[in-house]
Amino acid sequence: MAVVTALPHELDPVAGAPRSYWRTVAWRLAHDRTTLAAGTVLTLIVLSAVLAPWLAPYDPNAGSIRLRLAPVGAPAHLLGTDEQGRDMLSRLLWGGRMTLVAALTPVVVGFVLGTGLGVLAGYVGGLANTLVMRTMDIFYAFPAVLLAIAISGALGPGLTNTVISLSIVFVPRVVRVAESATVQVKGLEYIAAARASGAGVGPIMRHHLLANVLGPILVFASTQVSLSIILAAGLSFLGLGVTPPAAEWGLMLNTLRQSIYVNAVVPALPGLAIFVTSMAFNLLSDGLRDAMEIRG
Amino acid sequence: MWVYAGHRLLLAIPTLLGASIIVFAMVHLAPGDPIAAVMPAESSQAEIEATKRAYGFDRPLPVQYLVWLGRVAQGDLGRSIATRRPVILDVRDALVNSLVLALSSSGLAFALGIALGLLAAFRQGRALDRIASAVAVVGVSVPHYWAGIILIIVFSVQLNWLPAMGTADGGGPLEYLRHMALPTVALSLIPLGVITRVVRSAALDILNQEFVLALRAKGLAARRVFTHVVKNSAPQIFTVLGLQFGFQLGGSVLVEAVFSWPGTGYLLNLAIFQRDLPVLQGVILVLATFFVLLNLAVDLLQTLVDPRIARH
Repeated sequence: MAVVTALPHELDPVAGAPRSYWRTVAWRLAHDRTTLAAGTVLTLIVLSAVLAPWLAPYDPNAGSIRLRLAPVGAPAHLLGTDEQGRDMLSRLLWGGRMTLVAALTPVVVGFVLGTGLGVLAGYVGGLANTLVMRTMDIFYAFPAVLLAIAISGALGPGLTNTVISLSIVFVPRVVRVAESATVQVKGLEYIAAARASGAGVGPIMRHHLLANVLGPILVFASTQVSLSIILAAGLSFLGLGVTPPAAEWGLMLNTLRQSIYVNAVVPALPGLAIFVTSMAFNLLSDGLRDAMEIRG
Repeated sequence: MWVYAGHRLLLAIPTLLGASIIVFAMVHLAPGDPIAAVMPAESSQAEIEATKRAYGFDRPLPVQYLVWLGRVAQGDLGRSIATRRPVILDVRDALVNSLVLALSSSGLAFALGIALGLLAAFRQGRALDRIASAVAVVGVSVPHYWAGIILIIVFSVQLNWLPAMGTADGGGPLEYLRHMALPTVALSLIPLGVITRVVRSAALDILNQEFVLALRAKGLAARRVFTHVVKNSAPQIFTVLGLQFGFQLGGSVLVEAVFSWPGTGYLLNLAIFQRDLPVLQGVILVLATFFVLLNLAVDLLQTLVDPRIARH
């Protein structure tokens, strides 16, 4: 990516390179302008979503028909109003809450369950591994969008169903990464040395295995966040996610779609919010991967 | 080689069966009794039981699955609840339209992505490389359904150059092409981003190998070096192209919904709206089968291009 990862010694020959791995990573991140910018934008988005009840100037669900589709910059409505006369700024702030919850929860669930299942399958090997991995392969028979729609379409709309269907999308992906990382690390000599020196399965898993596979899995999970945002908003866009009148970016995009002939700017705003958030997550995970020197 | 091909073929069978189980399970994931949903509200308990028997819902689940699978294998995907038409007919018509869009958008994304990725690798760190990186990030970050809406706003509403909806029934090939333009561009964004990125990194991997240095050292023309690099990164590029084409078929749902393009995605969208489970199941099963077979074909073709793979 356009990320310039200068090596520590190239910029600061006097102080010398930081000593530990995590310090090096932190040092690199702190000196990577793209990643810093993405991180700042993300912090602002997350903060505005968390603080929506205090920041939003209006009730996101209250509107007046007389004020429909006010343009951006209208008096008292900074970002205009939607097709029902509801304040766009308030709805975008509240919508971000919903979109972030709907998108981040599945990735966290995928990370936790996927890591557990993948590390176990990779460490135990044999029949258990075959069983787990072949089951995961089945989910790869569907492109992500299609799998999400299949499960959501069957379960019906709603935030919980969106989270369930997207979790089913992400668990198999994380399992694959976790399993292959575990198999790789398991074969390294220091694990054999730990086992030879009498360490039990528990300590080996905790200290030697997890410590070394969590990094790559975390980076992989972070690359999935932007996909999750696009999918979560996409499901509501299809009417499978959050139900009206709740504010959610994908749903707002859908209901405003009919209004593009009246006002071209306001209907574009929720999509812009999805785009900026997903891009910030992508740039951040790119930076993280470069800083942690993880390939893939 | 043949052993590998056979092995790979055998592996596709459980995957397909597993996919069919997921699709079959969709009916039972759905809240409420699938029969109660289609029966008139005033039907008696006896009538409901009779319908259940007629549809085979009174039998154990594994038996129901096998009966269903047997029908599917013969091309019978059931009937739509909304239109009473056989699902297979609707899916067939829609699949043609989706394939057209998948081919056009893949073609656009492949051509642009490969060109941009290669140029970026050979101009590493310069302006062009930065543009390629920006394209790659934007491509994978942009919600393509929103990009579709933006395209409509700009090219249909504001400029009035291109139509926004449908396929122009009976409007002739030129009208069809005009209707294809915007959805094609919207759909090409994701693969464009992914391909640019993969091609760039694949070409860079080869460029950094010693044999390229040797080729340059012996004074080979830049054009010939380029050919060597392209040839060696081809297998990796090939894989991503195959995968992306598969995603195009299944991933067009949202873009088709935006443009009312009468493909599988639009059909799915309609089925979701009407809670028409047989159509939902049929479309998803057909698309998943296509996707698995396509991946299989890509794998097999890849071993032809690069025989080293079969040995792994």
